[in-house]
Amino acid sequence: MSSVAQKKGIGSVIWDYLTTVDHKKIAILYLIAGGIFFVIGGIEAMLIRIQLAKPDNDFLSAGLYNEIITMHGTTMIFLASMPLLFAFMNAVVPLQIGARDVAFPFLNSLGFWMFFFGGIFLNLSWFMGGAPDAGWTSYASLSIASPGHGIDFYALGLQISGGGTLIAGINFLVTIINMRAPGMTYMRMPLFTWTTFVASALILFAFPPLTVGLFFMIFDRMFGGNFFDHTMGGNTVIWEHLFWIFGHPEVYILALPAFGIFSEIIPTFSRKRLFGYSAMVFATVLIGFLGFMVWAHHMFTTGMGPTANAIFSVATMAIAVPTGVKIFNWLLTMWGGSIKFTTPMLYALAFIPSFTAGGITGIMQASAPLDYQLHDSYFIVAHFHYVIIGGVVLGLLAGLHFYWPLMFNTMLDETLGKVTFWLFLIGFHLTFFIQHFLGLLGMPRRVFTYGADQGWDLFNLISSIGAIFMAVAVIVLVVNIIMTISRNKLVGRDPWGDGRTLEWAIPQPVPFYNFKQTPLVRGLDTYWIEKQEGNKEGMIYAEPIGDIHMPNNSIIPFIMSFGLFVGAFGALYNGEQAWAVPVLILGLIITFSAMATRSLKDDLGYHVHKEDLMKDKGGKH
Amino acid sequence: MMKGIKKWRLFSLLTALTVFLSGCGAEHLSTLNPAGQVGRDQYNLLLISGAIVTLVIIVVTIVYILTIVKFRRSKVGEDLIPVQVEGSHKLELLWTIIPIVLLLILAVPTVIYTYNLADVSGMEKVDEDGDKKAVTVNVEANLYWWEFEYPDLGIITAQELVVPTQEKVYFNLKAADVKHSFWIPAAGGKLDTNVENINQFYLTFDNSSEGLKDGVFYGKCAELCGPSHALMDFKVKSLDREDFDAWVVNMQASAEEQTLEGEVAQQGEEIFNTSCIQCHAVSGAGSAGGVGPNLATFGDRNRVAGFMDHTEDNIKNWINNPEEYKPGNLMPQPEELNKGNKFSDQELTALAEYLMGLTVED
Repeated sequence: MSSVAQKKGIGSVIWDYLTTVDHKKIAILYLIAGGIFFVIGGIEAMLIRIQLAKPDNDFLSAGLYNEIITMHGTTMIFLASMPLLFAFMNAVVPLQIGARDVAFPFLNSLGFWMFFFGGIFLNLSWFMGGAPDAGWTSYASLSIASPGHGIDFYALGLQISGGGTLIAGINFLVTIINMRAPGMTYMRMPLFTWTTFVASALILFAFPPLTVGLFFMIFDRMFGGNFFDHTMGGNTVIWEHLFWIFGHPEVYILALPAFGIFSEIIPTFSRKRLFGYSAMVFATVLIGFLGFMVWAHHMFTTGMGPTANAIFSVATMAIAVPTGVKIFNWLLTMWGGSIKFTTPMLYALAFIPSFTAGGITGIMQASAPLDYQLHDSYFIVAHFHYVIIGGVVLGLLAGLHFYWPLMFNTMLDETLGKVTFWLFLIGFHLTFFIQHFLGLLGMPRRVFTYGADQGWDLFNLISSIGAIFMAVAVIVLVVNIIMTISRNKLVGRDPWGDGRTLEWAIPQPVPFYNFKQTPLVRGLDTYWIEKQEGNKEGMIYAEPIGDIHMPNNSIIPFIMSFGLFVGAFGALYNGEQAWAVPVLILGLIITFSAMATRSLKDDLGYHVHKEDLMKDKGGKH
Repeated sequence: MMKGIKKWRLFSLLTALTVFLSGCGAEHLSTLNPAGQVGRDQYNLLLISGAIVTLVIIVVTIVYILTIVKFRRSKVGEDLIPVQVEGSHKLELLWTIIPIVLLLILAVPTVIYTYNLADVSGMEKVDEDGDKKAVTVNVEANLYWWEFEYPDLGIITAQELVVPTQEKVYFNLKAADVKHSFWIPAAGGKLDTNVENINQFYLTFDNSSEGLKDGVFYGKCAELCGPSHALMDFKVKSLDREDFDAWVVNMQASAEEQTLEGEVAQQGEEIFNTSCIQCHAVSGAGSAGGVGPNLATFGDRNRVAGFMDHTEDNIKNWINNPEEYKPGNLMPQPEELNKGNKFSDQELTALAEYLMGLTVED
């Protein structure tokens, strides 16, 4: 994208990206990988809707259908939504807080490659004897009973990927705590940084239970453990608890950063500071906290008894309060402002009612006795798609348009962007609104077919038609991206004209060291303050120009992740193939040697010298 | 006066919602047409929460539309720099407190119903003779079929649950292989069948199911349990107490009552006794734990294999190739039962004739 990249050969560009530790390039890696998985997950979704378009359909077989729904859920959550959010976090957060990079650039790269190899491993199951088929929640009795290697791919792939996520989360926590520019107090941090911070904390606490659960499952399936085998004293409900202690916070790990993106977009295109900033911060933290207290509301029908159900009911309802505060604060941010209907703003505007709908159906399910009816019906499918598409995916699409100029110094086409928006929004509501009623009419979820004359035919057809709209929208988006890249029309700093936070103050393209001098932050919406005071530079600085210390690129993260990828095949075929154990050991040797190399070899990085910085104009625009 | 108008508004909203919701859905399947007290309690919660939800949506929508109509840049002017308002403690307090109040309105009945619906103490109550007052059914969920045992009555059936009306029917739920979930949408919410423990709850049925479209309520498996999860349906027949008692007597005597008529049926019985009897019992008197569904009174049933129309052709198709109709089910293919051969058409006809003859109803 940048003029520097064009001068290089394709090989050196690839090598550059394989070894990069620069948060901006890692953001692009996350964006590409997450985007590809998003498309794969979308194709799976389309297959599901084709199958359900009419009753008694035989487009997909029963077993294949279960594989597709499992992979659709798993892919969308772990391999699309989270990495795409990481893309924006990586691209924006260090710039937003005035840092030169994340706290651990090497680990940042390692986190990406672990996610990537985990995702590849999971998807290889399609070609190696069957994908996982026990649902994305992989409930224990079924997942233990599932024949073939599908669930093994799930457990191992997510274990590797999840490790990457955990690393990324810790990295952002340290970055945000330690690397804020002078004056960037906690209560001056932009909301996207705040939500990244809270989401990272959630990752820190939520992923270890998943790790434990997945290890139990790996041991059960591959090494003859009996954690979940009730005939040997195990208990399948343990899996449900472990999964949802991770799984419920996961919803907020996805939703909070999306809230953050909207909290940047809405003030920007309303030209008004965020209404009730401190309440928004408090609500974010509170949602993060409560997110941990309510996992068992996924298990009202498991048979926990009335006391547990009552407690988790009321606790779950409590989340509606901070969420409601957020919704009204967003509305009041726009109130009295000057609203410009750009593509990102359209997504933000669509988000408010869509997410409200998803949130309040959540309250309905929080009522345990009502949930007995709604649970595992299509009502739930409708609800969580309203939350995840209406919240997270709209946030991702908004962020994509909003931050594209920051990442690539070009602007996605607004007309095509709006076409995508309308197609996607209409398709989304058409697909999922009606599914609430399917659930109330008694249709269970995860069914590969349904009999005619149960009153579900028409609604399912409408739902499938809606899905086509969404698919077309994504195609238009891809066209838009390709056009924008080939046109390569550079836009420069603050392309939206109303940027408020520090990242928009940096000259484009962003120099690899981000800030020649660390900026001084004088308040919330730093850049807005400087602009209002007529500062053409957009920033004032906290230090004189001096040498900048930078980390060296490294291929080691790639090799470390590759070792785990290799070792996973060994674990998978343990007890079946003679080569399994040697391969497991080989993989671990690769990883541990790479770690040893990293530990034993001094890599002190390098300095960008003051004299070079004086010559280098950095960004040109 | 204002208060009166507000109340009236909420009331009309509720009414409109009720009409709208009850207007759709099949009586034998929809949660919007509750067939008993449990379903009705849950439906009431749906109405309460639905009213709250609608109220919130209306408020948000009004503010939302006003905002985007009044404050578009094209209207307020390109160069306007709005006042950078910090926030408003009063407003924020307002939209903290109002939701709390709304949630309390929902939370109180939620907690009450949660405890009410979990009360299974009636299961153990006995009359003067020491007999259990209430009907209890032990439900065992198997890979794609349901077993219903009535421990106090000494009878057992599969795929079609029969319950008395106007009284609480208690259920002990468990799964034989993997986790399933027992759900009769019209009668009330679901409860999972776990492999390691028994879950208990009750349901009630107001009226006999006779007048329904197929004469039965539809039951579903709600938890993903493998390829044929979607096909793991069952049917529920509710009978008035007298009819139920008569059904119990018939079931207890079903081994004798199910008389065979005709030579073809007798040939069918012979085949059945050599090939099928290891897994399928044909007497309704007995206890739980069958390998395959109990086929007593099969002729009176509503479906073949839980979801196919109850016709002779479907019985033959099913026996001839169970894997095609319910992938992943545990019934052996006919080759495994019949010395490596498929059943001939004549044998299938005989089997179907025999099975259709297993009836105690007139």
